[in-house]
Amino acid sequence: MQLTTKQRTKVDWFLTILRVIALVVICAGFAAFVAQMIDSQNPFARWANPDAINLTGEQFQGLVVTGLAQGAMYGLIALGYSMVYGVLGFINFAHGEVFMVGAMTGAVTSSKLAEAGYWESSFVLCLVLVVVLSMVVCTVTAVLMERVAYRPLRGKPRLIPLITSIGVSFFLQNSVLALLGSTVKSYPDLPDWLTDKRTFLEIQGSKILVVVVAALAMAGLWYLVEKTKTGKAMRAVAEDAEIASLMGIDVNRIIVKTFAVGGAMAGVAGILWGLLFRSVIHTTGFLPGIKAFSSAVVGGIGNLGGSMAGGLTIGVAESLGPLMILEPLGVSGPSQLRDAVAFAVLIIVLLVRPSGIFGERLPPEERT
Amino acid sequence: MSPNTPETNSPTPAQPASVQSEPVLELRRVNTHYGAVHILKDVDLDIYSGELVCLLGGNASGKSTTLRTILGMVKPTTGDVKVNGQVVTHQSTRDRVAMGVTMVPENRRLFKRLTVRENLDLGAYLRSDSDQIASDMERVFDLFPRVKERLNQKSGTLSGGEQQMVAIGRALMANPRVLLMDEPSMGLAPALVQQNFELIQQIHEAGMTVFMVEQNANMALSIADRGWVLQTGRVVLDDTAENLLAHPDLQASYLGTAEQ
Repeated sequence: MQLTTKQRTKVDWFLTILRVIALVVICAGFAAFVAQMIDSQNPFARWANPDAINLTGEQFQGLVVTGLAQGAMYGLIALGYSMVYGVLGFINFAHGEVFMVGAMTGAVTSSKLAEAGYWESSFVLCLVLVVVLSMVVCTVTAVLMERVAYRPLRGKPRLIPLITSIGVSFFLQNSVLALLGSTVKSYPDLPDWLTDKRTFLEIQGSKILVVVVAALAMAGLWYLVEKTKTGKAMRAVAEDAEIASLMGIDVNRIIVKTFAVGGAMAGVAGILWGLLFRSVIHTTGFLPGIKAFSSAVVGGIGNLGGSMAGGLTIGVAESLGPLMILEPLGVSGPSQLRDAVAFAVLIIVLLVRPSGIFGERLPPEERT
Repeated sequence: MSPNTPETNSPTPAQPASVQSEPVLELRRVNTHYGAVHILKDVDLDIYSGELVCLLGGNASGKSTTLRTILGMVKPTTGDVKVNGQVVTHQSTRDRVAMGVTMVPENRRLFKRLTVRENLDLGAYLRSDSDQIASDMERVFDLFPRVKERLNQKSGTLSGGEQQMVAIGRALMANPRVLLMDEPSMGLAPALVQQNFELIQQIHEAGMTVFMVEQNANMALSIADRGWVLQTGRVVLDDTAENLLAHPDLQASYLGTAEQ
C-alpha cells in the first residue's frame, strides 16, 4: 500500500514552491501592467516601476501580430522535431540547421532574382519559386542526413543518434560557412504592399503573409498525415514499428518520408524567417531551432497540432511577455529578455504539465 | 476470407487441382540461431489450405521464433520456408505479407491511437484493388458486426473483446492465404479466451487457413484439426488433435520432463 499512496517528497515540495514563485511573478507583473493601463499614476503601478510607459492599443496589436507570425514559424520548425521524435524517439537537434539552410537558400535565390529584376516585377511568382526551392533543398538535406548519419545508428540506444544530431548540426553550420562565407546574407526589399501597415487592420502585410503561408503549410501537412495512406503508415510506424512492418509497411521508407516532410516544413519556415527578419547568417538556425524544440515540448512532443499551438504560445509569449510582465515589474531593458521569456514559458509548462499542453500521459510501462 | 472458398478473392486465380495438394505454408528442416544459441532444430511443418492447425509448446520452446522465421523477421541458418510451394527464405517480411502470410500478433497490438477504420485500412496496406478491399471490409463486418459500430472510434478505447475482433479483422483485410495467430489466449481474461477461440473457429469455418501458436494445449486442440508439440526447438509430437489430446506424453512434454 505504501507505493500506491502518493508520498510528498522534498522534490515535490521544491517543485510546488517553484510553481508558486512562477505564478506570483506572472500575476504580479500582469497586475502591475493592468494597473498601469488603468492609470499610469496609480500608486501600485508607480511602486512597481516608476518609469513605466503606457502601451497603446496599436502597439499591443502589433506585438500580438508579431508574436503570432514568429510563433507560426516556430510551429513549422517544431513539426519536424515532433514528427521525427514520434517515429524514431529521438530529438534531431540538427533540424534547426535544416531551417537555416532553407533561409540561406531563400536569401541566395531571392537576391539573384532581385538582381535580374524579377523580384519586383512579379513578386508572388518569385516568392512561390523561392519557397519551392527552399523546400526542395531542405528535403534533400534532411533525407541525406537520415541516410548518412542516422540510419546506420538505427536500433542503437537513443543517446547515440542524439549526440550524432549535435554533430550533424555543427557539420551543416560549417558547410554553409565554407560554401557561402561568414557575411550576413540579406533578402531584397519587400514590395510596398507588404511593408505598408495600411493594407489590412493596420497590420504589416508581411506578417499576414507569414501567418497565411504557415497556415497553408500546416493544412497541407494535416491532410498528408490524417488523410493519405502514407500518413496512416507514418502514424502506424510512430506507434508500433514492428506491427507496422507486419502490415507490409516498409518502415525505412516511412522514416525517410518523415524526414522529408519535416525538412520541407523547415524549408517553408526558412523563407518565413527571411520575410520577417530579412537577413540570415550561418548561425541563424540555432536559436529558432531551440525555440522550436521548446515549442514542440510545450505543445506535447509527438503531437502535430500541439507543435503548432506550442509555437504560437512561445511566439506570443516572447513578444508580449517582456512588456506586459517584465516592464511593469521594473526590469530594465525588458525587450532584450525575450529569449529568456520564451524559455521561461517552456520551464513553466514543464513544471505544471510535464507532458506538454496536448501531450499524452503514458502509463509507466509505455514510457521508454 | 470469403466463406468456403478462400482462393476466390486472391489476386491470382484459384489454383489448379494438381497443385492443391501443395501446402500453403511449409517449413523444411529449418534451423535457427540467435548468435551461438541454437533455437529451432530441424523443424518440419506443413499447413494445407483450409486447415486449422496448432503449434504447442511451453515457454522458450521456440514457438515465437517459428513464427518470426515464417514471417522473415529471423533468417534461418539452414532449411527453407515455402509459401504455396515457392521458396521465400530470402524474401522480406513485406514480400511474404504480399504473398498472403499474415499474423495476428500476441496481445492484439492494435494501433491504439488510430481509429478502427484506419486499423482495418492498414491491414490492406499492400493491396490496391479498392473494390475488393471494400467488399472484404464488408465481410469483416458480417463476421464481427460490433466492429462496424465502433468504426470511427480510436481502437485504444475499445474493450478487450472488441480489440480482438479488430485485430483479427485487420489481419483478414490483407486477404491472407494463411492466418498466423500468436498466442491467442495470452494475457486475456478467461471469458475473453473462450470468445477468442470461438472467433478463430468462426473464421476457420468461413474458409480461412489458420496456424495457431499456443501454450494452452487443451483449448487449442479442442478446435484444431492437427497439431505439433515443440520442445526446446524440436518437434517432439506430430499428430491429429484427437490423438494429441489422448497422448500420455502431452502434459509431460509441456512440463519439459519428457525424454527426447
